[in-house]
Amino acid sequence: MVTFQLDGLQCSTRADINLLQACLEAGANLPYFCWHPELGSVGACRQCAIKQFSGPDDKTGRIVMACMTPVTEGTRVSIDDAEAKEFREGVIEWMMVNHPHDCPVCPEGGECHLQDMTVMTGHNTRRYRFTKRTHRNQDLGPFLNHEMNRCIACYRCVRFYKDYAGGEDLAVLGAHDNVYFGRSEDGTLENAFSGNLAEICPTGVFTDKPFSETYTRKWDMRGAPSVCVHCGVGCNTFVNARDEKVRRLLNRYNDEVNRYALCDRGRFGHGFVNAPSRLHTPLCLSEEQPTPVPTQSAMAQFARMVASGPIVGIASSRASLEACFSLQCLVGREQFSTGQTQQEQTCAELAYTLLRDHPGSIPTLHDMESADAVLVLGEDVSATAPRLALALRQAGRQNSFLAADAAKVPRWMDAAVRTIGSETLSSLFIVTPAPTDLDKSAEETFRAVPDNAARLGFAIAHQLDPTAPAVPDLTPFEAEQANRIATALGAAKKPLIVSGMQYGSPALIQAAARIARSLAQNTPDAGLSLVMPDCNSMGMAMMGGLPLETVMMRARAGAIGTLIIVENDLTRHLDPPEIVELLEAVPNIVLIDHTATALWQNANLVLPAAAFTEYAGTLISQEGRAQRFFPAVFPLSPIQASWRWVQELARALPPSAEPQLAPHRTDITAWQNLDDVLAALGTEIPIFAGIIKAAPDAAYRLNGQKLRSQTYRASGRTVIRSYISVRDQPPPTNPDTPFSSSMEGAYQPDMPAALVPSFHAPAWNSVQALNRFQQEIGGPLRGGEAGIRLLANHALKNGQTEQLPAPDIPPPFTPQSDTVLLLPDVRLFGSEELSMLSPPVVARAPPANLRLPAHGTATASHITFHLEGYGPQTLPVQLVADLPDGIALCPAHMVAPAFSFPRLARLTATRAEGDGS
Amino acid sequence: MTAATHPLTAMITPAAPPPDCAAYEQAGGWQAARKALKILAPAEVIDMVTRSKLRGRGGAGFATGQKWSFVPKNAASERRKYLVANADEMEPGTFKDRWLLEGNPLQLVEGMILAAYAIQAGHGIVFLRGEYHLPRKRLTDAIEEARQKGWLGENILGSGFSFDIHLHSSAGRYICGEETALITALEGKRATPRSKPPFPQFSGLWGASTVVNNVETLCNLPHIVTNGPEWFLSLGMGADGGTKLYGVSGRVRRPGAWELPIGTPLRQIIEDHAGGMLPGYSLRALLPGGASTAFLDESALDVAMDYGSVEKAGSRLGTGTAIILDDRTCPIGMILNLEHFFAQESCGWCTPCRDGLPWVERLLGALEEGTGESEDLEELARHARMLGTPGRTFCAHAPGAMAPLASGLKLFADDFSAHISQRGCPLRHAA
Repeated sequence: MVTFQLDGLQCSTRADINLLQACLEAGANLPYFCWHPELGSVGACRQCAIKQFSGPDDKTGRIVMACMTPVTEGTRVSIDDAEAKEFREGVIEWMMVNHPHDCPVCPEGGECHLQDMTVMTGHNTRRYRFTKRTHRNQDLGPFLNHEMNRCIACYRCVRFYKDYAGGEDLAVLGAHDNVYFGRSEDGTLENAFSGNLAEICPTGVFTDKPFSETYTRKWDMRGAPSVCVHCGVGCNTFVNARDEKVRRLLNRYNDEVNRYALCDRGRFGHGFVNAPSRLHTPLCLSEEQPTPVPTQSAMAQFARMVASGPIVGIASSRASLEACFSLQCLVGREQFSTGQTQQEQTCAELAYTLLRDHPGSIPTLHDMESADAVLVLGEDVSATAPRLALALRQAGRQNSFLAADAAKVPRWMDAAVRTIGSETLSSLFIVTPAPTDLDKSAEETFRAVPDNAARLGFAIAHQLDPTAPAVPDLTPFEAEQANRIATALGAAKKPLIVSGMQYGSPALIQAAARIARSLAQNTPDAGLSLVMPDCNSMGMAMMGGLPLETVMMRARAGAIGTLIIVENDLTRHLDPPEIVELLEAVPNIVLIDHTATALWQNANLVLPAAAFTEYAGTLISQEGRAQRFFPAVFPLSPIQASWRWVQELARALPPSAEPQLAPHRTDITAWQNLDDVLAALGTEIPIFAGIIKAAPDAAYRLNGQKLRSQTYRASGRTVIRSYISVRDQPPPTNPDTPFSSSMEGAYQPDMPAALVPSFHAPAWNSVQALNRFQQEIGGPLRGGEAGIRLLANHALKNGQTEQLPAPDIPPPFTPQSDTVLLLPDVRLFGSEELSMLSPPVVARAPPANLRLPAHGTATASHITFHLEGYGPQTLPVQLVADLPDGIALCPAHMVAPAFSFPRLARLTATRAEGDGS
Repeated sequence: MTAATHPLTAMITPAAPPPDCAAYEQAGGWQAARKALKILAPAEVIDMVTRSKLRGRGGAGFATGQKWSFVPKNAASERRKYLVANADEMEPGTFKDRWLLEGNPLQLVEGMILAAYAIQAGHGIVFLRGEYHLPRKRLTDAIEEARQKGWLGENILGSGFSFDIHLHSSAGRYICGEETALITALEGKRATPRSKPPFPQFSGLWGASTVVNNVETLCNLPHIVTNGPEWFLSLGMGADGGTKLYGVSGRVRRPGAWELPIGTPLRQIIEDHAGGMLPGYSLRALLPGGASTAFLDESALDVAMDYGSVEKAGSRLGTGTAIILDDRTCPIGMILNLEHFFAQESCGWCTPCRDGLPWVERLLGALEEGTGESEDLEELARHARMLGTPGRTFCAHAPGAMAPLASGLKLFADDFSAHISQRGCPLRHAA
């Protein structure tokens, strides 16, 4: 700790930070633009000028940029100094020279950092009287608007997009007062994190385009803390809604997970909640047509179904824990399926047990950023877990931080650190079949089919720990690769192994865990991270249940009378013949979902469920973090949370049906609210006992009040609805949360982190208000941790370490002359289910194609191949350099929704090159 | 002209091609390189240069020996280091380095060998102004010849020291003359200055140790090493050592550049060497060291043109090339022209410079056009004050740009008021 004097006040602060951070942490209002806590300092905007005095006798002092000046013991600074104030006011005035002052029509208005900073400096009169410079704006694709005239040239956008996120198609163009931040020509911003520009940009240059289409002011929206549902990482978000419609999604800072950035799939994937594919009412199949019916009739219909025989429930890895648990309670464990195939379930359960028993650390995303050697084994994390890939990209910079430390250059001195580190090596190794977006951050990339990648992994583990089994038939080249990677990992203080389920290969996951375990023998911080596909894959793996194959078996045997499917599109797991078979074999199908998925017209009963924006529930991320999401929207009846539908079904059961069901201890019909569900879940399945602490319960009160979910500035609710009716409506309520749905209630920066509905503080109306909610800049929130981790680091100490079963080391892959190995090509946009119902994401999804090795003999423009269950498929060909021989990459869930990989296929050229059409 | 009095230019014959290696050697060249590589240790070369009190001739006047002393001492073979010759001569009114580049490029090559040996840099780069076509040709030839004769390349003179020079022609931005922007440009990035620390001597080009020296600075080295620091010191007229290339432009009889003892009085340069003012013109004021130095008026003509004296007089020696303002040219028009240049050449990185300089330019333009308002003078003064102090802007570009404005506002106060009261430039009206 160091102490410094700020305008006469003694402040105590951390060493090794800069004066801007120190002033902000001391609670002072010091304006800034170019500095960003995650991007560091570059000294471009000159806005954070303060006076620094060299000693007790120095009366004049010197203007310095707070962001570029390290805080030192005893230093004396002044924000209020007249000269410094005049300069800061001048800086705003210069920025305003070409700014259009179009706040009333600017989407950023009301949450604009530039507005806040302008007010903060006191600048209020414009003296510049000449013509303003104007720019032409660009079409940047479906995610972002571009309005360059508002630009104040703080350089944050390019520093985030290029330096931090690795994007290549946004640049500073032009010079002097004509600098232009854009692409070389109009076109979609390609980087997976482009949407963050809407939050990174301190004014209205880059704004959320889908939000603009149904624009509303920030203060008229309700906010709710939420969790992203588009992959297994578990990024924290804010959902903003007005008129019971979700308008946008923002990043919600969680110091251990997503911190300051979301991926574009997460930010723009929420469109499915407003999509026409939403279900609004119960539907009964009547004369082969789904027909709307009242809830009561639907329940009566269900009661009649029970006579047909046993009820089986199919849950889902994209449904909340509560939805899955309620279903398990209704049907009993023996009739409860995870909704995954055996392959999916084996991988997920393997991942869970390996993480649970990992003797090293299970790193958070933030931990990963400081890993000093990383091996990504057989997973394209940039598509399956994009935010994780962004964390690994930062890990690749570890050596430049070490070089900066050695040079005594503070790590926040961004430009200097990047210069010093410009030729240091990355500590990232990637082994995948195909090129990934993360490759350019890697020190070395290795192309290998999953089996060979697993073999390489086992070989690395053997190198590190000779007691681990050796890999037979390793080529000298592979042995050398294994040796090189093992050496780098073994020398690291904080090594990290990342793998996942993308290729459905248990061997890959085992190999990754073996390496991490070998490392953990000498390096307690050795981390293991296993990527899972869905937002509650880990929850499902922990809960357990039958695979879909068992359900199919029972269906074929006529042992299923009624099938209740909760939030699961079975066509993504079973191929068309299996679906036909299932529909024929099961007399009654009840589908509970928010969206009309593939089978909705075949279901005898469809019940409209709330989407994640409309109820409170819990998801468990791939690192075992249980996180609660809350409703921003109060859906019109009869839409309700899936668990409430299941509860209604339970209530509808005729008493005579009870014996047919497996006995269960929990009386689900007695549940009053979410807390009752959570209590029962913790009792029934003890590993979930902790999730009750993921967020305070519905009875929580702050200063005796509920928590508000709107700002104090919200237009009156009669005004908001005045275009419909001026009659006052009572604000909606929700029994599951401690939130009021209105502006009435408590709100303060140290409120529980899991319950913060938005970031706002006096004088700070933009997302930058976050600094008031943090214990320290970049550190934990003042309200503690949001969510709770169910998997502990170093779970099993030395000596306790359970022996891993002997691994199934696959034989080396040999390319075949007549067939290719088809591997799933997971796409950032296109493969994930829910985001593909969101129009902006659909617009970004590239058309399906078949990717083949460039050095192969294929010269055809299109290839036809036969997929079992789907028949012949014809796809355009894209040749990819460096693909291993004998494989082809087929887009996952795009060509064949349930196509399980890997499998062999025979390819036929259909159209030769130059064939044209 | 002899090498004893005019070491930098003695070998230069106007309108003749520069000396080749043989002619250069015959006239006394390569002695210093031979002496340094065969007899002197790198530290001894640094010591000689330090004792000579040679100061950077690019404008900032930083002591060359001291600049080198911050470079890590590892041998060139152990650590990647760069020596860069700053030949990006773009300051308006400055044309001194061009003389050296065109007239005797081998002198620069030898100077670079000496500097590189002193700091143990294995790689040399000449960063040349893009428009300098003839210098590019002559430098290319000189470097190639030196390489063929073994003065560049592996193991020069069997000393174990290896060094080669790469010539880079700039894409053309004034800011590239700023050493950190120059380095950034060499890396293929936007020419934007970098913050110091870390200083280039520690983390420069691609993160490696780098020294950037002006062409004229480097050209002094062979003579210091050959003749010794005491001889060099004795060449100067005042506290500084050596000779200096001085230049004069404007309405004088013989505009040009001359090598004179550093500290030669300004009056002597203008009257004796530039031949005084053209008939019908008298001297109103002048910028003593190029466009980014403050105006001096007639009362300062007896100032000695060395670093300390010019600073005491209220300006800077800068590049030593004076621009004369005569009595028939509008001072506001001249300042407008300068500020137009500076506004256009701002790199756009920091706010005050990027958006302040164009505002200044437009205010001056309004005065010239006759749309100036009385508050404009206050606005100009505010800009001069806010942008003029180093440390407020990212680099020295804006403070340099403010030097002629701030001094001009005082010196030409009547002209400024006249532009407002007469709604335009009185001189233009008169014409």
